Amino acid sequence: MRHYQRDATLNPAELANLAGLTPATCARRLDKLHVHGVIRGNRAVIDWRVLGYEVEVSLRITLDKTQSRAFEDFTDKAKTIPEVVEIQSFLGRVDLRLSVIARDMQHYQQLYRTAILTLPHIADIEALMHVARLKSDEILPL
Amino acid sequence: MIDLDTTDRQLLRELSRDATQSASALGRKLGMSQPATWRRIKRLRDAGVIRGQRLDLDAEKLGFGVTVFLGVKLATKGRVSLDDFERAVSAIPEVQTVEHILGLYDYRLRVVARDISDFERILRRRLMMLPGVGDIEANVLLSEERRPGPIG
Repeated sequence: MRHYQRDATLNPAELANLAGLTPATCARRLDKLHVHGVIRGNRAVIDWRVLGYEVEVSLRITLDKTQSRAFEDFTDKAKTIPEVVEIQSFLGRVDLRLSVIARDMQHYQQLYRTAILTLPHIADIEALMHVARLKSDEILPL
Repeated sequence: MIDLDTTDRQLLRELSRDATQSASALGRKLGMSQPATWRRIKRLRDAGVIRGQRLDLDAEKLGFGVTVFLGVKLATKGRVSLDDFERAVSAIPEVQTVEHILGLYDYRLRVVARDISDFERILRRRLMMLPGVGDIEANVLLSEERRPGPIG
């Protein structure tokens, strides 16, 4: 897992070599990790900037908790906005965070007005502007 | 910036779901020959649209039951302190992502821990010891969904 995490493009034979296993044993172990849901997928990472999405904003949202379906209504609706690339829920000072990408500030402004602000049950919303990603490998310290 | 047609978008969607699919398997799905599919994938990689490949792991099943997002404000600012902070925080193994942001906080960190007491240890012994660190706000992650983004 340590090797595979560092380089997800490794094929089973290369992994077997690094881990000192036979290819068959390695393939069996990988299968097991997939079956048990430890490995949920191996995904390509898209660089949105290269596709012209220059702006990334984190929206921290507090919901109106007097509405019993606030959370479900909000997330169902948020999923219909293509520019929302991440939805996270929290225990803490904020309830939810949306990661939103836009082509430029004008596009962001338009998204914010026509899509984000029409989402249901928002009590408060705070925007953080993304400047740079310094570490993003998301490697678990196994 | 490169222009994508419908086929490129379909390919990106497929690869962000499962990047281990071969060019021939993808070609069959999208009704293209293996070489044509391979050429398109190569173009997307060369242009940097596909930045890399990542395993999607169930952290909990690997013993990391707690993920916390921290908003960190620096107490002292200046180029040197930013560099020091960034270098030190990136070196902590439990810190999965470091993002520099503008707004209420200076940095957002994604931190994994085995449980709450393990998190407390990381917070006290590692994060609060970082050079220049000021206010820290913690939010415990309950659920997370990554969306495909505007490539529909």
